[in-house]
Amino acid sequence: MTSNPSLAIEATGLVKAYGRTRAVDGVDLQVPAGTVYGVLGPNGAGKTTTIRMLATLLRPDAGSARILGHDVVQEADAVRGLVSLTGQLASVDEDLTGRENLVLVGRLLGFRRAQASERADELLAAFGLEDAAGRLVKHYSGGMRRRLDIAASIVVTPQLMFLDEPTTGLDPRSRNQVWDIVRALVGQGTTVLLCTQYLDEADQLADRIAVIDRGRVIADGTPSELKASVGKGTLHVRLLDPAQRAEARETLERALGASVRVEADPAALSAPVADAERASEALAALARAGVAPAGFSLGQPSLDEVFMALTGHAAEETDTETVQDAA
Amino acid sequence: MSSAPTTRQQPAPPAEDGLHAALSATARPPRPGPLAAALTFAWRGMLKIKHVPEQLIDVTITPVLFLLMFTYLFGGALAGSTSEYLQFLLPGILVQSVLFTAVYSGVTLNTDVTKGVVDRFRSVPIWSPAPLVGAVLGDCVRYAIASTVVVVLGLIMGYRPEAGIPGVLAAMLLVVVFSSGLAWVFTTVGLLMRSPSAVMNTGFMGLFPLIFLSNVFVEPETLPGWLEWFVGVNPISLLVTAVRGLMDGSVAAGEILLPLAVAAALTAIFAPLTVRLYRGRG
Repeated sequence: MTSNPSLAIEATGLVKAYGRTRAVDGVDLQVPAGTVYGVLGPNGAGKTTTIRMLATLLRPDAGSARILGHDVVQEADAVRGLVSLTGQLASVDEDLTGRENLVLVGRLLGFRRAQASERADELLAAFGLEDAAGRLVKHYSGGMRRRLDIAASIVVTPQLMFLDEPTTGLDPRSRNQVWDIVRALVGQGTTVLLCTQYLDEADQLADRIAVIDRGRVIADGTPSELKASVGKGTLHVRLLDPAQRAEARETLERALGASVRVEADPAALSAPVADAERASEALAALARAGVAPAGFSLGQPSLDEVFMALTGHAAEETDTETVQDAA
Repeated sequence: MSSAPTTRQQPAPPAEDGLHAALSATARPPRPGPLAAALTFAWRGMLKIKHVPEQLIDVTITPVLFLLMFTYLFGGALAGSTSEYLQFLLPGILVQSVLFTAVYSGVTLNTDVTKGVVDRFRSVPIWSPAPLVGAVLGDCVRYAIASTVVVVLGLIMGYRPEAGIPGVLAAMLLVVVFSSGLAWVFTTVGLLMRSPSAVMNTGFMGLFPLIFLSNVFVEPETLPGWLEWFVGVNPISLLVTAVRGLMDGSVAAGEILLPLAVAAALTAIFAPLTVRLYRGRG
């Protein structure tokens, strides 16, 4: 494989199997340097396994990958000198304080004690962790741990950063903080490979997205290209009176020319819409029919809808435990 | 007490300017050598002793109870008087307490793996066995603390080492060296088991019979022949014999070499095995 200098990640046919399950089943990725590349997929799709192979933590069974021109197997040490990983499990030591964690990483990277301390303080301040610096990490909140984990990954600014589900389990406020950090990181020229199960997150941060399912890349493109493939979005309507739902469904189907889904909530319906104009026409049709909505919203397509459109199955159906028969 | 709002410990959001300053490329220093990296991990081990002293108490409490119980309950019956039995028992309990502590080397390694910290260490470009070597080095401090507790308690109870302080220090050193060899067995176990408590159970289950079937508590001559034979070849007996000899000044050079050879053999087999398991993880 000839390596392309403008690519931060160049992976070809990566495979990792556990027993009969092929967790990663021939993944190809081309990630241009200086961009945020989203890898979107449900739990068990093979995102983490892929990232671990790229970060030299796991040896691929087949295929190859080059990180900034270095082979992940042959030149693992060189790769480790260029990348950082923030894993799904926050890779910090719970029995140490936040500050000690950062000093530890600084020392391991080769800083002298004084430099490592100085860098730790700088990062604690930048990440809003000064007050918690002397507290044991086991007493940190989820958001604080996550920030500390990211801080530990940038004690030396990496050229490529792997972020594995950086906001899973975080409250919205902490999630926004993490997003700000990622944006700042990219602003400094770091390439980011972001694994996520939230379309919203990939949409917010990523320049390009690869959708991964059952160990394979099933689609890739810009966020808008992907969304275009499933329509502009979904119109959600909640009715004042659940008894009117059947009538509302008929009206909407006529107005939109698409099938309308009834939700588990007895007052709710949803339907794919091509654009906002069609949606407002449909709502006007509802009003004319005398159906009063309690509320409505025009949402982006969810990961589920992207999956439905791309694979014909819902995201939750995929599971690592499912041994896939050769299709 | 009821209305303490949940906003009490709101973390400050990352400061915009500080964030950009912190991110502006920090030059990478030259990577640390193998020894420097290992010593950093030894430092980490000592910080853990400071922050989680409970672990040390866990492993010292059993030997302390054994020391008190055997001395005052069985001492008179076994050796004629409690003070005489204490002279016999204390070096054995010293060994027991430090060997138990060695199990924790495996437990902490397993914790690192299950909690994901290991991913951080493995993604840093350092000499890859450094976390293991450093942890075993750092644990020597733990062994030294555990042995000091036992010796001090023994002195309070009336134990008098005939070889004086140098003999006691030499005995403690021997136990610490032996335990760092044994620790590699537990680090191997630590990488094979699924949870820290499984490592702890396996370690204690393995150690308990070996400690009972040794010369820690009784003179082997009082045992049936087949058992006496086993006690004689049990490496823990070899260590206890050497430690007793060092503490009462009657040791022969060969008696010290035997446990050292066992420790060297354990290290030669299990240290590379641990490193292999560690590298091939995931």
